[in-house]
Amino acid sequence: MPSITKPLIPLAPLAKNDLGLTIRDYEGAMSTLCAGCGHDSITAAITHTFWELSTPPHMIAKLSGIGCSSKTPTYFVRGAHGFNSAHGRMATIATGAAAANRELTYIGVSGDGDSLSIGIGHLAHAIRRNVKMVYVIENNGVYGLTKGQLSASADIGTRPKKGDANVVAPIDPIMLGLAMGATFLARSFSGDKEQLIPILKAAVAHNGLALIDVISPCVTFNDHEGSTKSYRFMREHEVKEVLTDFVPEREEINVAIGGPETRSVTMHDGSVITFRSVPEGYDPTNRISVEEYIRDHQRLGEVVTGLLYLDESAPSMHEINHTPVEGLNKLPFEALCPGSAVLEDLMADFR
Amino acid sequence: MEPTDVTDPNYYHRVVDCQWACPAHTDVPGYIRLISQGEFDDAYLLNRDSNVFPGVLGRTCDRPCEPACRRGRVDGTPVAICRLKRVTADLKGDITDRLAPIPEQKNGKRVALIGAGPSSLTVANDLAPLGYEITVFEKFDQPGGLMRSNIPNFRLPAEVLDEETGVILDRGGVEVRYNSPVTSLRGLLDEGFDAVYVGVGAPRGKELDLPGRHDEVESHIHIGIDWLESVAFGHVETIGKRVLIIGVGNTAMDCCRTSRRVGGEDIKVMARRPREFFKASPWELEDAEEEGVEIVVNHAPKRFVIEDGRLVGMEFDVLEWDEGARHSSTLDTVVVPCDDVILAIGQENAFPWIERDLGIEFGEWDMPVVDEVTFQCSRPGVFFGGDAAWGPKNIIWAVAHGHEAAISIDNYCSGTPLTDRPAKGLNLISAKMGMNEWRYHNDYNPSPRQQMTHVDLTERFSSLNLEVELGFSAAQTAREAQRCLNCDIQTGFSASACIECDACVDICPVQCLTITRNGDEADLRTRLSAPSTNLDQTLFVSGPLPQTGRVMVKDENVCVHCGLCAERCPTAAWDMEEFTLLTPKAGTSVLHIPVASSANEGRN
Repeated sequence: MPSITKPLIPLAPLAKNDLGLTIRDYEGAMSTLCAGCGHDSITAAITHTFWELSTPPHMIAKLSGIGCSSKTPTYFVRGAHGFNSAHGRMATIATGAAAANRELTYIGVSGDGDSLSIGIGHLAHAIRRNVKMVYVIENNGVYGLTKGQLSASADIGTRPKKGDANVVAPIDPIMLGLAMGATFLARSFSGDKEQLIPILKAAVAHNGLALIDVISPCVTFNDHEGSTKSYRFMREHEVKEVLTDFVPEREEINVAIGGPETRSVTMHDGSVITFRSVPEGYDPTNRISVEEYIRDHQRLGEVVTGLLYLDESAPSMHEINHTPVEGLNKLPFEALCPGSAVLEDLMADFR
Repeated sequence: MEPTDVTDPNYYHRVVDCQWACPAHTDVPGYIRLISQGEFDDAYLLNRDSNVFPGVLGRTCDRPCEPACRRGRVDGTPVAICRLKRVTADLKGDITDRLAPIPEQKNGKRVALIGAGPSSLTVANDLAPLGYEITVFEKFDQPGGLMRSNIPNFRLPAEVLDEETGVILDRGGVEVRYNSPVTSLRGLLDEGFDAVYVGVGAPRGKELDLPGRHDEVESHIHIGIDWLESVAFGHVETIGKRVLIIGVGNTAMDCCRTSRRVGGEDIKVMARRPREFFKASPWELEDAEEEGVEIVVNHAPKRFVIEDGRLVGMEFDVLEWDEGARHSSTLDTVVVPCDDVILAIGQENAFPWIERDLGIEFGEWDMPVVDEVTFQCSRPGVFFGGDAAWGPKNIIWAVAHGHEAAISIDNYCSGTPLTDRPAKGLNLISAKMGMNEWRYHNDYNPSPRQQMTHVDLTERFSSLNLEVELGFSAAQTAREAQRCLNCDIQTGFSASACIECDACVDICPVQCLTITRNGDEADLRTRLSAPSTNLDQTLFVSGPLPQTGRVMVKDENVCVHCGLCAERCPTAAWDMEEFTLLTPKAGTSVLHIPVASSANEGRN
């Protein structure tokens, strides 16, 4: 942990967003993670995302479970609401919170242990319900907080810092998402904010659960020779499948949309995602061809990144369950608690 | 951009804004850190090494360092560098046994210094320890030059000046001939000195030849620096009640405040132009106004009003200026009654004692032609420095000139070409003491600039010699010293160790770091993390980073040297390194001093 708290410098020439806030207003407490942790870089990307989108801090809810990754919501947007839940239960808390108040922007930060081991069931159900939230998996392939055992996302053949190479097949959260019917699937790398920030912005705009698997090197336990989740391995094996631009709804859309190498999808809030440099034959809205494409590259030992799959037509939890547009905290008491007569009628339906 | 060459002493030197702005390159952050550690002797000596008169300059310096200070760009007010310098002089013990010894065995070379002002004394300070026999010719009976005659005692107590001139003049090797104005350079040259240094200042106050100037019977119109000199040496003890000062430089401020102490009650400083065009330092204006001096702008002197041979007032045109104060129009004409007028409109050089057939070439404005590097005039072996070389500047410039002239004199006397001067060098030593532990206090201290306490106005005028500024208290010193950003603790970067994890970029409190593809400077400045708002500040650019070939760029503008980049770096690619500028002095080896540090291995 640094010897000092990041100081506030009165006249630092920092840019301001539409709310008149600087990036410093979107920061949180000092990180206690190891120096050089990929998670800190993702924290910075999230900070930038909300600052650039001018999201009011008090309209953000940040949720997490247990693990190095799950400590990170403390490190961004100190003015946001937060819930640090039990191990693997972030998705359940997020589901409940979203049901109670759909006006907030929900961002859950989890890790490969929290989401692919203990919490995989909850993740699957959150995908199935299409909870409107940003779900970030900070994926480093090891249990860093317990000193570096290989996790469920470790690739076959990858070597821990000490001990034998992994022999068990990994769980790929993108493949899991494709199988579970996820509507927004992206993979990125903590060392590439130019790619990660537009994806995060698109995720915030997505009407449903936006799952982002971010390869995030563990500098202490998984950044060595033989690791498949190190900075060097990622820089040598990353294949940027598509480049993504995010154009918020309020900005005039003057980029050329269309053309042979671009595809654009209009989000439910009016913002536009433009895919650039799309490989020939790649269709980010076709579940089957996306799966095939990822598998082909996996066989070559390559990590495909980018906004890989998007389905903006599927209803989110709120449409499926007809949740009120306003948060429950804004409903009048009579609507929230309609009285015993209404309850009697309801109960009668089940008798 | 090409990778920045940090082995060039000028790169890191420029990052230390105060040291870069100081003509004598005083190691400001270095001595401020020593103050924080309570090492006042060391802090004083570090100062003295470059500026020779810390006690004097800690009270009177023109402070070119302070407008340059990075703290000004960070919270709006610079560190009170000058007053911290005074702290080192106030709190030091006896340091004489730590000064360079004066050898018994002389080197056989005799050097004459004309004038015992700051530049001559600096030459003596540098040459006496090398075995030179120095003879100083001084027209007054005390040393110090303008520090003695023109700076009033209430700003600079005589004891402080006595002590700092004494350690140069009284330790041997230097003979001072007081009351010995040089009236003929030819005569002096005939005495067979190996070299002569002219450090006589700019001793002539400018005249204001307006109607009435020479119509007085008794003289109540004074030339500022002559009048200050008369007060300093006790020849003048009173002045009339109503005094007008013509001019708005620092001499004018000394004149008005001195008048206030010798009988002046209604004192007006008359200025032709608006306040923002004044030459006086803002703090000297404030001090004068605090003492009840009125500053009147937009009044152009027209004539002295003399009645029956007696000065009774002065007539002024009241002006209105356009924007930028380039053109004026006259609104009115007024007579301001007064008993005395002091003219403080500038100083001039005067060399009536230099014969024009000695091979010393005189150029524009009848000034000697002096080489800007060697300080030698067209006659070999005769050197000029301080105000005598290029007209009035200030004490710190005089000191800087003295150091350079001493190098030239040493070269000249040893038969070395004058242009064969020792090069600047640098030293870089890691400031790392352990995991996230540094040899300096790296936290940012948000304290505001400490205000100097002054003697109460009721007491202040009881004596002409009562020093007005009381100096900083212990608490003020501690707080002010912590405001220094330690700009000399440099952010050293080893590109080869960088894994591009972005930790430094993300942690920087002022977003001064960027990892991006290389480009030319104008292009890079458009792609930095924080807007590039200060083009005077340099960009550091690394060599290509190993994994992606991008470069690390640092905008030096508002880096607060907090060390967080180095603390968050997993591979120690960043390190905080203490930079020492090795400034050559007379006697320094001519050899280029290499970068004496392992910290620089594998850099870029």
